[in-house]
Amino acid sequence: MTQLFKPELVCPAGTPAGLRTAVDAGADTVYCGFQGPTNARNFPGLNFSVAEMADSVDYAHERGAKVLAAVNSFPTAGRTEIWKKAIDDAIRIDVDAVIIADIGMAQYMSKTHPGHRIHLSVQAGASSPEAINFYCRRFDIKRVVLPRILTVQEIKKVHDEIGCEIEAFIFGNIGMMAEGRCALTNYVTGQSTNMDGVCSPASHVHYEEDEDRNLKTRLGEFAIDCIGCGEHAGYPTICKGRYNVGHRREYYAFEEPVSLNLTHLLPDLMRAGVTALKIEGRQRSRAYVRSVVSAFRQAVDCYFDGGEPDLGHLLALTEGHRETQGAFRSKTWR
Amino acid sequence: MACLMKPSLLAMIANKPAPQDRPLQDTRTQGAARMLPPFPVFVLQPLLGHIVRTVSGRHPELIARLGENCKKRFLIDPHNLPFFLLLQPDPATPQLTAYNRGRDVRHDVHISGTLVTLLSMIDGRTDGDALFFNRELIITGDTEAVVALRNALDNMDATLAEDVAACFGPLSRPVRAVVDLILAVGGRKP
Repeated sequence: MTQLFKPELVCPAGTPAGLRTAVDAGADTVYCGFQGPTNARNFPGLNFSVAEMADSVDYAHERGAKVLAAVNSFPTAGRTEIWKKAIDDAIRIDVDAVIIADIGMAQYMSKTHPGHRIHLSVQAGASSPEAINFYCRRFDIKRVVLPRILTVQEIKKVHDEIGCEIEAFIFGNIGMMAEGRCALTNYVTGQSTNMDGVCSPASHVHYEEDEDRNLKTRLGEFAIDCIGCGEHAGYPTICKGRYNVGHRREYYAFEEPVSLNLTHLLPDLMRAGVTALKIEGRQRSRAYVRSVVSAFRQAVDCYFDGGEPDLGHLLALTEGHRETQGAFRSKTWR
Repeated sequence: MACLMKPSLLAMIANKPAPQDRPLQDTRTQGAARMLPPFPVFVLQPLLGHIVRTVSGRHPELIARLGENCKKRFLIDPHNLPFFLLLQPDPATPQLTAYNRGRDVRHDVHISGTLVTLLSMIDGRTDGDALFFNRELIITGDTEAVVALRNALDNMDATLAEDVAACFGPLSRPVRAVVDLILAVGGRKP
């Protein structure tokens, strides 16, 4: 039987208080971003100033936890200085690794800050041993965050053929788009998920509830869903909207609002050699972080000790009150 | 006196389902609110003013996170109470004003839910996104402003509910106990 590795639990934080909550709830590592377009959760009121990140790093380190800085959006021409400064700031305040998506920023960090850990963001979309090993050779990548398109068996094969650690998502929002390639928000709003760090920017989202409690969701000038009274809502993203397509009415043309939950695949991921298990949700609240992190802390420890955890209560925190194992179990997911 | 309210009345205030119609101009209030006489909102004003000035002064980081959104007008609508609140967090002139239903008040954001839903949010017990997914929390208007407010409040170590309770001075503990009781009756565990 394959040996079970105890993985690192990597948890989200959108604010300093969120980071402290994650650490206190049992996170081994917390990932977070600076305010502005340099990370993929550039939402109003969210993220860290450099001073806040520095204090947060101290808080985590004093308690034996690590902090990863997400600098994982793609700079456009003429704007690279903002991303370079974010990397420099992250190194200066002693984060444990920087999560990078852009190949130019990987080059910058490997040359400017050799010896510091680079993690390859899921936004880079590197899913094959060839692609991952290229990053390892050229930029000394220490860890890859795998796109959510591989089965556990495929992750095991990738693990056996690459020269760095693997981080895999286990819970939270999931999209059907190849990470780092989605341009739907850009098409509708003119702002980019990948370059401005905003998927469905709040400034373009509008909700209207009618007298019968039907909730219409608009992104920019497009109605993307009309949620009936009593129905659960999802995030206001184009990919999870319902549309009239051909003869189909109110049809989830892209995908349905569900959340990833790999609770029952944790032992398989641990046997596959995954180094770190990642929880999505830097945009979520401290209440979410507290619940999910403590639940997965318990689950990982329980599995490692040969037990069977019960995480049924996490369903209440999922988008649309529905969960999936996505492509991790089967390629027939879509 | 609030702490002497019977549990059955508390339960009605805390836990009534969402109303079928909720425009601000609608004077038909819901649940226990129907049973209460028109509320003398002027009695609340000194206290509300004290609360908003205290919280604003005590938490400059909250205002900083709001950015330009601190100038927005947030209408907070516990739709099973006979009144609603208008929050204007601009640090120059922070205001929290109560209005009886039926008043048409200019606002940028409308946040509504039961008293328990709104209390559990400001008490940090419940995830706002989950409340939204469940349709317990209704947001209309300027989504960017409400996202900024949600994130700013979520960065407070002590919850807003604790800060508000502290504004009651020697009565802060009984007030906190009433909040806890309302939340418990409404099914929100500490």
